[in-house]
Amino acid sequence: MGDITKLIARRLGFGLLTLLVISIIIFFMVELLPGDIAEAVLGQGATPETVAALREQMGLNDPALVRYFSWLGGAVVGDFGNSIVTGARVTEVIGERFINTLFLAAYAAVIAVPFAVVLGIIVALLRNTLFDRVANVLTLTSISSPEFFLGYILILYLSVKTSMFPAIASLSSDMSFPELLHRTFLPALTLVLVVTAHMMRMTRAAIINLLASPYIEMARLKGTPPWRVIVRHALPNAWAPIINVIALNLAYLITGVVLVEVVFVYPGIGQALVDAVSKRDFPVVQACCLIFAATFILLNLAADVGAILTNPRLRHPK
Amino acid sequence: MTKKNHELIHRLSQAARTGGISRRSFMQQAAVAGITASTATGLWTGTAAAQPKTGGTFRVGIHDNNSSDTHNPGTYLSIQQIFLAHTHRSYLTLINTDQTLGGDVAEEWTGSEDASAWTFKLRENVVFHDGRKMTADDVIASMNFHRGDATTSAAKALLADVEDITKDGDYAVTFHLTGPNADLPWLMTDYHLCILPANDDGSIEWESGIGSGPYKITDGEFGIGFSLVRHDDWHLEGAYFDAVEMLAINDPNARQTALVTGDVDAVSAIDLKTMALMARNPQLVVENVPSASAITMPMFCDTAPFDNVDVRMALKLAMNREEIVEKIAFGAAIPGNDFHHSPAQPYYPEGLDQLSYDPDKAKALLAKAGAEGLTVNLSAAESIFSGAVDMCVLYAEQAKAAGITINVVREPNDGYYSDVWLKKPFCAVAWGARPTPDVMYSLAYKSDAAWNESHWQNARFNELLLEGKSELNDDRRSEIYREMATLARDDGGTIIPFFRNFVYGRRSNVQTTGELAASWEMDGCRAASRWWFEA
Repeated sequence: MGDITKLIARRLGFGLLTLLVISIIIFFMVELLPGDIAEAVLGQGATPETVAALREQMGLNDPALVRYFSWLGGAVVGDFGNSIVTGARVTEVIGERFINTLFLAAYAAVIAVPFAVVLGIIVALLRNTLFDRVANVLTLTSISSPEFFLGYILILYLSVKTSMFPAIASLSSDMSFPELLHRTFLPALTLVLVVTAHMMRMTRAAIINLLASPYIEMARLKGTPPWRVIVRHALPNAWAPIINVIALNLAYLITGVVLVEVVFVYPGIGQALVDAVSKRDFPVVQACCLIFAATFILLNLAADVGAILTNPRLRHPK
Repeated sequence: MTKKNHELIHRLSQAARTGGISRRSFMQQAAVAGITASTATGLWTGTAAAQPKTGGTFRVGIHDNNSSDTHNPGTYLSIQQIFLAHTHRSYLTLINTDQTLGGDVAEEWTGSEDASAWTFKLRENVVFHDGRKMTADDVIASMNFHRGDATTSAAKALLADVEDITKDGDYAVTFHLTGPNADLPWLMTDYHLCILPANDDGSIEWESGIGSGPYKITDGEFGIGFSLVRHDDWHLEGAYFDAVEMLAINDPNARQTALVTGDVDAVSAIDLKTMALMARNPQLVVENVPSASAITMPMFCDTAPFDNVDVRMALKLAMNREEIVEKIAFGAAIPGNDFHHSPAQPYYPEGLDQLSYDPDKAKALLAKAGAEGLTVNLSAAESIFSGAVDMCVLYAEQAKAAGITINVVREPNDGYYSDVWLKKPFCAVAWGARPTPDVMYSLAYKSDAAWNESHWQNARFNELLLEGKSELNDDRRSEIYREMATLARDDGGTIIPFFRNFVYGRRSNVQTTGELAASWEMDGCRAASRWWFEA
């Protein structure tokens, strides 16, 4: 187990380095955008004097490097600063929205991961049957359609025509939990449709790949029923690639949902990021991007650790 | 009264009750039925227009929201901010549903003889949401927020000619101007100029979101939405809803779906492409209100080839405005006539000759100017309005018939107003509605205006502009603006393809007075205090 702790520590160290590089890239990308924050805030109503006054007030007259390092100085001690536009704490601006995003991602993941893995096992068992083909066609169709299109289709059939679910997923603080699940069902279902195919196909492929191995043949020869061959003998060896794909899709559920948020009017972090970029609100952009990057780093780490833990050969390297 | 007329009146009343007819058309059609004006007015207010009912929560989906918006009136820009401002804050004056000027916290106002000083008498019953009474000090502090060297307010230019503001007791303020301005009371309707509680040091308290408007905020966040409840001490008639739920819905499809499924009671903008389909749904009412918001194409009058008036006129005649209105604005627009004065504004000059598509005449003018086969670049970006680039491409096609080659240059959406507008000699621009022609002309057509987007210099036009500012006689002002319109059309450097309509929708159980203020979407952004639920 000591190896795993060391691995985690090393990977976290590299993760921090990655975040630092990302923060530099983001800062200078925002700097490169045409126009500046004062003009973006004042819009067409900007005159040179008011733009100058606002720039002064926002501290934009310092050189870029000075601004970056003063931000970095705060960030390393956990202070992500204030939004330049609104003056509010960055943590305040994105805190609640990030929780909303996590909630939606968790909601979708709780449905999608078991569904995709079980479906993957079933289609591996029934491979090349009609069921296999239909399941493949349906999941591949849904992953090939853009999210907003899937969202609109769901809204049309489940909301406009049948009124089963609300078309917009606006939240309020006094909602009960079942009400919350009901209200956010359509966006969660859209996300489920988007991520299922990838995980299902990987489960299916990983298992089928193993079915040609001699030890599977042995299991069959000793008379083990097919479902047991797959669940007991093939699946444990197939976990590594499946976990990797699950981790990738979980990361996508958190970082790639801006379209779903827009279609369903869901108050998540994606819209905050888009708004912040259009206003050049660098501290907010930075915080959002770092959260996204950290999500990827942590989930990738979790996938690797998971792959090692499920595979004794990796756990005890020679 | 004949039987036929009886039926007509019955039908009219029916239409008026369901909001299917405006007061103006009601009066006109009633006149056709042989009813005198006073009787018709009585009919309208009595039987036809239903009495407002109190109660309910008005849920409204708003377009154009940013998470980075704030309560700071100096940086008001998005519709979310403007709608919210008219719902929870007050102004000195307001635009009535019949497009006339009315008082909000000001009860009445009088100008000095040369219109260089204006005194506003304030209502004494205006109360902020936290119980403080509004006085002249609050008004002065609210105005000073947009004035002075250190201000960061986008409304600074608007109040540039205000020299000083003094109070006369607690309930009167006087604006002293550097020169005459007959339109100052109209200017006070500008969405930046809301009245906020003053701090002791003369600054204003905008951070808390307190106002003296019809509803007070209980909860909310920019970019997501706001919950408001009625402010029982509001100083005006109206505010029939018990509560208002503002919902930020940026996506046009999501807004439309929310309205169709009844998740909201009204939406502030409807996609023009689906406008006709929405109007067919009997549960919905789609409003299509002509506005003073213009799309312009300024040409630098001091830069070749636009420095020749014949070239400018040729470019104006090479545009088929009807086709642009039909194909780009889906009919929800009024063709422009190249003077920046909309029928939705006061003093509109009726009956001026409309510039029409005439490629042959354009060609002749170019020949006269020695500029046959003219080639120009026209800059545009899709962020100006949805369809802006398509409009320019369509114009380029139309201009081919006059032998003009227009290269449409697609500019980046970001920073369009800082990098392209006022910098490129020929570009497309979208203007928000301004309350009066004087405001618009002073802002973008006066010879020394910072935003004189076409660099147009016309001595007579500027002379008339100044004359209009000090003229308090409405008939004389109408004449002035008529002559200015003619000058802008025939000599000016700005092509105005069209004035946009505001297209918004509501569920049919939401009632309006039958007339809608044209200053902003949603009845001048005052829907929350002017509309009500018909059970």
